[in-house]
Amino acid sequence: MELAIGIILGCCALGAGMAMIAGIGPGIGEGNAVAKACEAIGRQPESKSSVTSTMIMGCAIAETTGLYALVIAILLIFVAPNMLVDILKTAVGA
Amino acid sequence: MNVNKVKGAKRKLDALDCLLIVLAALPIVACMVLKVLTNPASDGINISGPLIYFTIPTPIQPLYVTESQINSLAVILSVLFLCIFLTRGLKTRPDSTRQIVAEWIVEKTESLVKSNMGTYFSSFPPFIAAILALSALSSLLTLVGLFPPTSDLNVVAGWAILVFILITYYKMKCGPLHYIKEMASPVVMTPMNVISEIATPISMSFRHYGNVLSGSVVSALVGTALQGLSLSIFGGLPGPFGSFPYFRIGIPAVLSLYFDIFSGCIQAFIFAMLTMLYIANGFPEELYFKRKQKKNNKNDLIKSEVN
Repeated sequence: MELAIGIILGCCALGAGMAMIAGIGPGIGEGNAVAKACEAIGRQPESKSSVTSTMIMGCAIAETTGLYALVIAILLIFVAPNMLVDILKTAVGA
Repeated sequence: MNVNKVKGAKRKLDALDCLLIVLAALPIVACMVLKVLTNPASDGINISGPLIYFTIPTPIQPLYVTESQINSLAVILSVLFLCIFLTRGLKTRPDSTRQIVAEWIVEKTESLVKSNMGTYFSSFPPFIAAILALSALSSLLTLVGLFPPTSDLNVVAGWAILVFILITYYKMKCGPLHYIKEMASPVVMTPMNVISEIATPISMSFRHYGNVLSGSVVSALVGTALQGLSLSIFGGLPGPFGSFPYFRIGIPAVLSLYFDIFSGCIQAFIFAMLTMLYIANGFPEELYFKRKQKKNNKNDLIKSEVN
């Protein structure tokens, strides 16, 4: 029983860590967006405010995929272990 | 408005103004007192969902009244009294700073809505300003140590569903048949269109909730780490001096600057912005006006025939 609970906890933590690999994507994407925005401001300094606001909008939207991964990681750490252990206990009948 | 004109005669606050300010601050203070009274002091920091204050038994499932509902109600009351305070005693020639502030807010929202949605949606600024104020102030509640309602998925999902209903309403302005036709425009893509339609409220709510929640989780982790650090360094000191978390003074405030203030305000702006863009894009403007024109022409024809 202890072994099974240990495996559940370990796999939940591992899964949470692996889910956060998705953080790479938004990082690269936002970096690209900011680089291009800097180039645009360098070319046309007078359009700085509109470029900045558009960039922040785009960054926030690009961040969504990373946030999905974060939500899944948080669910795996804080919600899944209790639920899975309960299921295990009812299955074993203890 | 011209700010220079105001400097001459400034109106002083009267008793009702002071009462309104107190009323605007009171709900927040009441929430803090409620939290302190019901939440036993705990060691360190624990990351958990909202506290459940009480439950209402209903036949299907017990209805939980949680911290997030109480706090968002407090924010709504606070915003209401602030608005009454700002718009009290308006004059054609403003003689107080708050009228300038109120006019600035209204003008900014109107220009934002006009530039993003066009002239047809000229009745939208109050709705957009309400979303902005509610979302920003809810996220800023972390500054006074309360649970921000926006880091509860239920609250944000409620707003997103409201926005989804609005989007669908404006998409159906040309009749449900046109809506179905738009959905199945290339017949092969119908399932994808349906999925993207459903994904709109989900992505909107998850974006807002995830940003605020990630900020509070990171802040809590940093707080725990700093507490452990100060305990391991100053733990040898006698009595209460040893157990006091010295490093938790001031250092987490730097993170709070980004995660609470910047992120909260930006997310409020993005939620309002996406609301505007989705509604404006969903509305088939050309077709609607063409049909309206046709109907008007028909009516005119009938009228002229009757005459």
